[in-house]
Amino acid sequence: MIHSPATTRIACLGGIYNNYLALEVAIQDARNRGVDAIYCLGDMGAFGPHPDRVFPLLSDYDVICLQGNYDHSIGNELNDCQCGYTDPRDNYFAQISYDYTLQNTSGKARQFLRDLPPEIRIDLGPLRLLLCHGSPRRMNEFLWASTSPNHFLEHLAAQRDADVVAVTHSGIKWHRPLADNRHFVNVGVLGRPENDGNQHVWYTLLETSPVDPLRVQFVPVEYDYLRLVREMKNEDLPEEFIETVQTGWWTTCLEILPAKERKQGRW
Amino acid sequence: MTFKDETPSVELSHLDHLWFQISGTLCNLTCHHCFISCSPHNDNFDYLTLENVKSRLEESVALGVKEYYFTGGEPFLHRDMVPILVETLRYGPATVLTNGTVFKREWLATLSEAESKSLYSLEFRVSIDGFSSETNDPVRGEGTFERALKGIVQLVEYGFLPIITAVRTWPDDQEQEVVAAFVDRLKQSGYSRPRLKILPTLHLGAETNRSHGYHPTERVTSEMLLDYDQTQLVCEHSRIVTDRGVHVCPILIESPDSLLGQSLQEATVPYKLRHGACCTCYQYGSICSNPSSAK
Repeated sequence: MIHSPATTRIACLGGIYNNYLALEVAIQDARNRGVDAIYCLGDMGAFGPHPDRVFPLLSDYDVICLQGNYDHSIGNELNDCQCGYTDPRDNYFAQISYDYTLQNTSGKARQFLRDLPPEIRIDLGPLRLLLCHGSPRRMNEFLWASTSPNHFLEHLAAQRDADVVAVTHSGIKWHRPLADNRHFVNVGVLGRPENDGNQHVWYTLLETSPVDPLRVQFVPVEYDYLRLVREMKNEDLPEEFIETVQTGWWTTCLEILPAKERKQGRW
Repeated sequence: MTFKDETPSVELSHLDHLWFQISGTLCNLTCHHCFISCSPHNDNFDYLTLENVKSRLEESVALGVKEYYFTGGEPFLHRDMVPILVETLRYGPATVLTNGTVFKREWLATLSEAESKSLYSLEFRVSIDGFSSETNDPVRGEGTFERALKGIVQLVEYGFLPIITAVRTWPDDQEQEVVAAFVDRLKQSGYSRPRLKILPTLHLGAETNRSHGYHPTERVTSEMLLDYDQTQLVCEHSRIVTDRGVHVCPILIESPDSLLGQSLQEATVPYKLRHGACCTCYQYGSICSNPSSAK
């Protein structure tokens, strides 16, 4: 556990999915806001181009990282991403993305991913935070707002003695205040837009103060998505992925969405 | 898991999915592949009351249940099905498994409003077993294809995106062709982005007459569970409430040994994988849950 009672404001970055352009903008934005630390909740690879461009940014700006399912797979050179999709079409595209990322991730980066911890505990002022990838009990569990009841989230948080649990993995941000002043936050992802027709992506600020024990702020990240599109085309990544970056609507990984989240998208 | 004998038992890791056998075994259809032989005349299991469901929902809170599922029989034969779903959406996400043939517009309007006011998803899973009357109706009954299709279109009109479930009653090598034709047919009918879940055949109930039952050698052994991800098994994360008490899983309610207790807490005990159907669950994994909550 990292004990840092002076920490009162942190940035949490969700899945990067090779989007080093959005990562750089998010890091600069968080630094400009004077955060005490920047955390990344895993899944550095997937979807986008040039996996190895992510790692120098994480290192140069002291981003503290934990391991997502993608990182575990790439780090250990497994056969697939362990994303947890159930639909053949979703798995088809996931495999294209995974094979590309594995092929283009250096040995040094693979070792970095392999050695990452599966979770991080920190103190944010008086609050005990648990940062993890999917859920506190399973690295690749999808926690959607519309299928996560309060009593279920309270159970997960209480089981791990956490006041605040922050996760990513599903790709859509949300915040749920719970009983006993607990909170659950899905910090969203930097890797692709969140299926709302906008091109920007999101990261999350967590802040504590005497007047407001936990302030959760979702921060939109505008980045050069047209450059990302050009680079994805140059790397022969699927048109379906490029369309998502251009339009802000998901074209793959759709069948894993519950009804409410699916309805919010176009496809 | 124990190795004391050949039959392994599985611990409930957490009660993620709480099922309700809401309309007992009563159904308006008599499908030839139904694994619990539901029909208009099968009252082996009775309806659960709204009060019963309310008390189980309250009981589920302390156990941190994640999702609620309703099955039958045909749930919408239950006169309180709409208030039951509305009440459930106060607690968490609800999924109802239906044949889609008995909807009333006012029910769908009420449910659509309830879902929009709730934090949680309401999922409809509509069963069809072929992409035409010719393939569906011999399994589910005369005229059921058109009636179910009408139900699906009604759901879409009220803003729902039903998950169409089909039991695999076709040869494996025709899967791609069958599914593609299915999707086309649904799109033609006005469902522009159909969601599908294909289920394996369970050789229980009526299906034993349509094809065959399980061979006595079709059993899960301790050895088979070595290096196996047990979260794939329904009994690892689910229980089901019937009018008799709490059973291990929705598939085995007719087996006397499936009744584990009267309270949810009592029913959290481990379960031995004694049945042939456990093999199907083992082989295919996550057969009862929604794609969004697959393990």
